Amino acid sequence: MLLIPCPYCGERAESEFSYGGEAHIARPADPEKTSDADWADYLYTRTNTKGVYFERWMHAHGCRRWFNIARHTVSYDILAVYETGAPPPKFDTKSEV
Amino acid sequence: MVERYLRQSPLAHLGLDGRAQAVRGESGVAMSEQPFRGIVNLRVQPDDSEAMAALESALGFALPVEPNTTAASATALAFWLGPDEWWIVTPGPEPESGPNMAVTLRTALTDRRGAVTDVSDSRTCIRISGPRARDLLCKGMPLDLHPRVFPSGCCAQSHLAKTGVVLHLIAEDGPTFELYVLRSFAEYLWLWLEDAAREYGLTITSS
Ligand SMILES: [Zn+2]
Repeated sequence: MLLIPCPYCGERAESEFSYGGEAHIARPADPEKTSDADWADYLYTRTNTKGVYFERWMHAHGCRRWFNIARHTVSYDILAVYETGAPPPKFDTKSEV
Repeated sequence: MVERYLRQSPLAHLGLDGRAQAVRGESGVAMSEQPFRGIVNLRVQPDDSEAMAALESALGFALPVEPNTTAASATALAFWLGPDEWWIVTPGPEPESGPNMAVTLRTALTDRRGAVTDVSDSRTCIRISGPRARDLLCKGMPLDLHPRVFPSGCCAQSHLAKTGVVLHLIAEDGPTFELYVLRSFAEYLWLWLEDAAREYGLTITSS
């Protein structure tokens, strides 16, 4: 089980959280003018990174706030926790731990 | 508001008064229901100093802004639930205590941004005390309840036996915990606690 540092409540067990998938995926500004291929890409294509991954989590059994985590998908190390809307911290996303 | 004569605690059908018992030998845990508290959900931005000051003078104490803490007066208890969310709990059992608190808070927030919602009857409160109370809660909860991490006056939203709860350590002496559970989960959680507490020696007291 991961120990996730909620930016509001502090360290809590993973079972208190729900997972929101990859972070920083912008919704196309004008869906009417977006091609089906681009829309499908927005909906379904994710990077499936081996390395540092930016993802959304929600503290479902706690403060019920969304926030972002930078997590290494090999070691599961949580390298950064930051607020929704903040830019992702800089990492070499291909680095192995 | 519910008519007084129709008002029933979500554990009433279990007949806790009739179940009230003292174990022979050592009692590690004592449990009781503390029904009919008033609970008001309060949303306000903590950096709105005018609103925070108005709420402080209405309550008689400042809202706790430190995560997982509480603040109290003789008539109200405030729980930090999130960066812009609190519960204000009143002792009850008068059915008006929650709605009256909601009116007080709403008046304090007149012309200011915020939300006040009376959620009194959504939950009931279960009190758990005794030398093994911590062990009992740790059976079904992922929180670190060590006194160093979770001292007296702390509160936390978490889950116990898969049920969402708000936990409050009211006194280190004992220790004495109170947990708030949604009324539709109350029977399940009470029976789970009774079963889990059996090995420690359980005393059930009427509230
Ligand atoms: Zn949280």
